[in-house]
Parts: sequence; structure tokens; C-alpha cells
Amino acid sequence: MSALAVQNLEKSFGGLRVTAAVNLAVEPGERRLIIGPNGAGKTTLFNLITGELRPDGGSITLFDRDISRVPSRRRAHLGISRTYQIITLFQGETLLRNVMLSLLGLSHLRWNPLVRIERQEALIVHAREVLARVALDHLAERPVGETAYGERRRVEIAMALAQNPRVLLLDEPFAGLSIEERRDVLRLVTSIPRDVTIVMIEHDMDVALDFAERITVLHFGAVVVEGTRGEVVAHPRTREIYLGE
Amino acid sequence: MNRIALAAALVILAAVPWWVSGTYYVNIASQILLYAIFALGVNVLAGYAGLVSLGHAGLFGIAAYAAGKILSTGSGHGHVVVAIGAIAVALLASAVFAVLALRGTGLGFVMITVALGQIVWGVAYRWISLTNGDNGITITGRPSPFGFSLASPRSFYWATFVVFLAAVVSMAVFVGSPFGASLRGTRDQPRRMTALGYHVWMIRFLAFLFSGFWSGVAGLLYLYYNQFVSPQAVALTASAEALLMVISGGTATLLGPIVGATLVVVIKNVASAYIERWNFVLGAIFVVIVVFMPEGLVPGVARLTRRAVAALRPHAAVPVPAPGVAAGGEPVRGPSPPLNGSERGR
Repeated sequence: MSALAVQNLEKSFGGLRVTAAVNLAVEPGERRLIIGPNGAGKTTLFNLITGELRPDGGSITLFDRDISRVPSRRRAHLGISRTYQIITLFQGETLLRNVMLSLLGLSHLRWNPLVRIERQEALIVHAREVLARVALDHLAERPVGETAYGERRRVEIAMALAQNPRVLLLDEPFAGLSIEERRDVLRLVTSIPRDVTIVMIEHDMDVALDFAERITVLHFGAVVVEGTRGEVVAHPRTREIYLGE
Repeated sequence: MNRIALAAALVILAAVPWWVSGTYYVNIASQILLYAIFALGVNVLAGYAGLVSLGHAGLFGIAAYAAGKILSTGSGHGHVVVAIGAIAVALLASAVFAVLALRGTGLGFVMITVALGQIVWGVAYRWISLTNGDNGITITGRPSPFGFSLASPRSFYWATFVVFLAAVVSMAVFVGSPFGASLRGTRDQPRRMTALGYHVWMIRFLAFLFSGFWSGVAGLLYLYYNQFVSPQAVALTASAEALLMVISGGTATLLGPIVGATLVVVIKNVASAYIERWNFVLGAIFVVIVVFMPEGLVPGVARLTRRAVAALRPHAAVPVPAPGVAAGGEPVRGPSPPLNGSERGR
């Protein structure tokens, strides 16, 4: 059984085939890295998996359940969480409020118009715990707009972790970070327990190579190479794509 | 500070019939309250949902027409039946408006609401057998809930004030609730909200009903106040006026729509006594507000007050910050997001 599987997935924008017959099978607990140059269709693949985009063909299964026709919001309830390459947080709200919104997304409380959100102690305590996991609990009351870029990257991850996902999709979690910040984020991602399956997109091969067991190389929407770290690095196609040899 | 201001405003408003002399001014106060209820309803969408509606006078007017129609048929229905019927019709119309308008956000939403509002206006103006056209519908007398006659300006003011309080309390509860937080989330990051598991469409739909409910209540009060309703009440200018109340007072604030309604009603009534072209005065005031306080009167005055306090403080060596930047370490919220902000963040 795969945690996440994609069969013959197709997506075109006009005449541009951004996802070309992609097949992918990620085992439960696996750490998978997806690499590829700009425009390879990596983020599009994530958008198809989360349901933000509708595929033109093919299917997506989550723990053997076909979710191809499940609406995007339901997929969150089924255990898919994602982060965004372009930081997508609630700017005016505090870090605590951001994480609370993430927790609320899977709670029936989100429909309640009669109670005060500030009195939801369990929710607040839970949100603080999540912030502590990404070492940001000391900034809980600070609005996102007043935090540093590196901190926002960690909030992105906190938003996804808060939902206790079965499959976590990380879209370039290191983008725009300094070397030290990258190390912090890598440590954070490495510390996620194995009951969470992780698929990570990274544009830059060097950063996350150590993290993944298997690596998939995408190029012009298609899977070009897939295998272990050693296999992929040694593969002539990888070298061709990355080094232009 | 917002709370103290709110409490002060409520006390002043409650005592209006004592400190103003003359029924003319009591009537203006009633008008302010009923338009404030309307503006609070519009603010649910324009402020908290980031959906600008230019068709809400349609919902306001539908409630007024429905009540007028039930009363004028002379079937002898009690006022409770009339009120429930009118609100039910307004809610039904809101549902129809919402289903059609929520196919779009931003400009698309605005244009669909304009069209829907114009349809209501067209029916009011042209479907003479139903609405009596340009002549409108006249009712005879105001209701007497619990034996308390609303015929006098003073008693009508009190009744309106009670409904107004209910509206304010419902808004305060709504805004501070998890659902209110969800609604603001759909305004700021609709994509993320979907990915987090929220049903963005349904949240907006329910907000539309809540907004339509208070617009309908205001419309019902309008009918009782004037004992008359005509196509003028559902015209595009009426929708625009409601929106201007919200924007000038401050979107996504509790006090803003109330201040905005006060401003518009006072200028409309008072300025028109002295200047024939009172619309010019209103326009000029809006320009001043937009130039100096683009976020609206309530947040704008709060910002300028903070600035003044910071400047007057003796050891205030810290430079005065721009809006949205921390002042003296204390986090300050920036102005509310722009109205078309429903689809930001790629």
C-alpha cells in the first residue's frame, strides 16, 4: 500500500503540458524529494494532489483510497497538508491566530458563531504547543507582518503540522533562507515522526539531498529519473538537466 | 479603548429623546439607527468577508415591500406575522442573491450584485400590479408590540434602539467567534482556507444570509418609520449610500458603520436644510476622509489619536511610526485590507 500514489496524471495549461503522465508511489513514512528545474511542474503536481487544480486525466490515491474527485477542502480532512512556496499566511493576525485557524479548519468549532474564540482554552493551548514545535512560542502574540522571513517559513510548516497530517507536502521550505535558517528548518523537518509521510519539493538539489530516501526528478512535466540518492545523482539524465552536459 | 468608545456611544444614543428637543431631531436619530443597522449588515460582507455588494438596497427594500404588501392586502395579519414574513422573504432573496453573486469575487461579485439590485428596482418601478410602481405602497399606522404603541417619534426611537442594540450585540458576538475568524480568513487567504479544510463558499453564503437578515430588519424599520415605501428605497444610489456609510466609518470595525450612518444621515438632513446641493457637501466630506483617513473615520481617528499621544508624551524620542508598524513596542494593527482583497496572495 502506498501512502500517496499518482497514476498517469495529466494537466495542461492551454498547449503547455505541465504534468505529463506522471506516476508516483510514496510509501508510508517515506521521505521523498522531488527536484527539477524551474517550470518542471513541481508545484503544479502539488496543486493537483491537494485538489487546488483539477487534473485533465489520471488518478490520485491516498492510502489506497481514490481521492481524484474529492474536493480540495475534504482532502485536508483526509490527512493531506501542505506548505506554500510563496508564503501564504494571514498577515494581520498573530502567529497564534494563524495556527488556531489551521486547527479550526478540521474542527466543528469553525462553524460556531456564538462562542468567543479567545475563550477556547483547549484550542489556544494546542496552538501554543504547535508553535513550540517550530520554536516560535515566544512570538505567539506577534502579528505575522512583524516577523522575520525565516520565522514565517517556520509558521508555514507549523500551519501544516497543526493539522496532524498523514501526508505532508512541503513546497520549497528552504526558499529564501540563510544557511543557518536552512539548518534549523532541516532539523525541524527531520524531527517529524515517521507516521507522517513527507513529500518535499526543492529547487536546489544540495540542500535536501540528505533528507530523502528516494528522489524523483521532474523535467518538462514528466518523471525523468527516480531512485535512491546515489542512483539519481549518478544518472546521466540528472547531470544533463542540472549541469547542462 | 474601543470598548469605552462603544459604551459611551451607546449611553449617548439611549438618552437621545431626553437631550434633543423637538420631534424632528428624534426622528433623525431614529433614521440614524435604522441606517446603522443596515450599514452593520452591509459591513458583514464588505468588511469581514471582503465582498463588496452594491445590491443590498434590494434586500432592504424587499423586506419593506413584503411587509407593506402583506399589510396593504388588508387581510388583518398581526404585526408579528408581518415582521416574520418580511424577514423570511428578505432571507430568501439573500439566498438567491448569494447563490448568484458568489459565483464571483472582487469585481465580478460587485457587478452581479449591481445587476440583482437593479432587477429589484425594475420590479418595484415597473411591475405596477405588484408594487404599485412609482406611487409606492403606503401603510396605515405603526405596530404596537406588547401593547407599546410606536406611533410617537419617541416610542419609535426606543423600539429602533432596542433592535439596534440587538444588531450590535449580534455583530460583536459574530466577529469574536470562530465562525467570524473563519470568515475573515476567507477574505485574506481564500486558497489557504480551502487547503486547511474550510468550505469557503458555504462560509461566504452564511455570511451573506446574516448580512441580508439585518438589511431586511432595517428595511422593515424603514417601512414603519416612513409608513411608505417606493422604488427610491431600492435604487442603486441607496445601495451606494449604505456602502459609503461603511467605507467612510471604517470597514471591518464594529463602530465604523454606525459612525458612517450618522454622518450620512446628519448631512443629508441637516445640510439639505441650508444648502440645496447637499450631495456636494457629502461628496466633499468623503473626499476628505479618503485622503486623510483611507481606512475610514473610526480607525483613522484612532490612529491620529495614538500619534498625538505619542508626540505629546515627554520622553517620546521614538519617531512616530507609519500605520501598521509597532509603536513603542506595542503591536498596532494596520488598516483593514482593501475591499478587493479577496483574491490576494497568488
